[in-house]
Amino acid sequence: MAKSLYIGPYGRWLPIAFGAMTVLGAFVLLEILLRVGVINRYIVPLPSEVLLSLPRIIVEEKVLARCRETAFEMLISSAAVIAIGVPIGVALYRYKALRNALEDWFAALAAAPIVLAFPLFLVMFGRSATTIIVMSVVSGVAPIILKTTEGLVATRPVLLNVGKSLKMTQSQMFWKILLPSALPLIFTGIRLGWTFVLISVVGTEFLINLGGLGQLINDLAERYDMPGTYAAIGFVILVSILFFISLERVEQWLGRRT
Amino acid sequence: MTLAAPSTTHAVQSQSKDNALTVDNVYKQFGANDAPVIAVDHMSFDVRQGEFVTVIGPSGCGKSTLFSIIGGLMGDYQGQVRVGNEPINGPHPAVGMVFQEESTFPWRNVIENVAFPLELNGIGKAERHERAQHFINMVGLAGFEKRLPSELSGGMRQRVSIARTLVSQPKILLMDEPFAALDEQTRLLLGDKITQIQQELNQTTLLITHNLTEAVQLSDRIVVMTYRPGRVKRIIDIDLPRPRTSDVVSSAAFGKYVAEIWGDLREEASRGMADSESHAVKDAARG
Ligand SMILES: Nc1ncnc2c1ncn2[C@@H]1O[C@H](COP(=O)(O)OP(=O)(O)O)[C@@H](O)[C@H]1O
Ligand SMILES: [Mg+2]
Repeated sequence: MAKSLYIGPYGRWLPIAFGAMTVLGAFVLLEILLRVGVINRYIVPLPSEVLLSLPRIIVEEKVLARCRETAFEMLISSAAVIAIGVPIGVALYRYKALRNALEDWFAALAAAPIVLAFPLFLVMFGRSATTIIVMSVVSGVAPIILKTTEGLVATRPVLLNVGKSLKMTQSQMFWKILLPSALPLIFTGIRLGWTFVLISVVGTEFLINLGGLGQLINDLAERYDMPGTYAAIGFVILVSILFFISLERVEQWLGRRT
Repeated sequence: MTLAAPSTTHAVQSQSKDNALTVDNVYKQFGANDAPVIAVDHMSFDVRQGEFVTVIGPSGCGKSTLFSIIGGLMGDYQGQVRVGNEPINGPHPAVGMVFQEESTFPWRNVIENVAFPLELNGIGKAERHERAQHFINMVGLAGFEKRLPSELSGGMRQRVSIARTLVSQPKILLMDEPFAALDEQTRLLLGDKITQIQQELNQTTLLITHNLTEAVQLSDRIVVMTYRPGRVKRIIDIDLPRPRTSDVVSSAAFGKYVAEIWGDLREEASRGMADSESHAVKDAARG
């Protein structure tokens, strides 16, 4: 029993290596299928060409400047979803009537494909970074609201009793017991919210053809630069993966404290 | 239904001047008046300065309710609880509570947990850590200051809670089944720790438990509770020599006390069991 749980000295790296090999294998397979002609090369570019066009894209298409633009929109939206979502979540916890009235609506909002409403936002805010940011905030705020409320509600009653027995004030209770206790779930909400924000920022850039990395994909696609388009998509995916790996690390660290 | 009048001996005792804590004719019922659950039925007893008193009773008899009332966490009861001569009305700083459930703050390490009450009082970090350290050593957790609760055993976490309560130096230590979740061996050893601390601090203590061995091992006096309604059935003095260790459990006198209290408790416990079994049957019938 204990023996089967032991994963060996390479245990930690084995899954990572296996994952990398799978991706690599898929690329090689795709390359072969394309070269043999099973898949049409005018529709799907060669993986090798995509890889080779990555440096070209980064240099010629001012990827760094675009990254900065996307990062700026991300930063504003990410800060805004927390600044708006957490207080609303707290309010829903505090006022039961508010929660009964609104919680389902926020759950619906979390599941709604907000991007489809982009023409509405275009009309209101024009073809500008504001549109991108507003849409992204609307897309990402709901999970933070819901998880904040959920985290506060889940605070163990005995911890609140400890607070009462120590005659803590309402605000001490909030800052020293409720909030720290809810923090891991709030962070889960933040991770979800930021995922939606990232998708929305890049997606809206693509849709309204404005700004950073999303627009780059749109541009390259319109030029029918297939390897370039896929290279840009690959680049966005890579950046997102790094972003979420770091978020997951933080979440794991918080998880030890529950 | 006849209600037992509080016995006169208790009334006399509660006049005594060195009483740290007096529970005077306390009554609490839950639920509607047509189908009330009487959790605490006119209970009276007291705890003298430096004394270790245990309230024992079967599960569901109203022990935690009594605990919450004495701790000032439950309003809306009849009767009075006094600290010294002062009637309490809400949580009183003289009463330090240790809860039945795990109650450490999982996001704080051991020393930050123990120093928590001092932090609330605005005591500076250096001083509060020094004072917390003293009680961490006392409960035998030296070397674990920087560990998170999730890295400790259940027994260690319960000791963190006890140290966190002791750090405020409460006049009365009030504990609700602090060892209920622990195995018997750990329980006996922690009992030794408690006895040792109690002697060291001359700590007035009121322990609430359903565990017979624990009660006899630790107490100067034991208050036996009845089941539904929760009344004082008997108060027994435990004349076992002090200093006492868990070795006492093998002595003849210990066995005699356990047998005696079991005699009192058996009837209550079996009523409690029958009750929960009938609930289980009803629940099963309801699906
Ligand atoms: N908040 C409450 N509302 C209704 N009934 C309660 C409440 N708290 C406790 N009770 C009931 O009162 C009785 C005593 O409970 P409790 O004090 O927790 O017992 P013990 O701690 O001795 O196991 C039980 O029958 C329980 O169901
Ligand atoms: Mg209880």
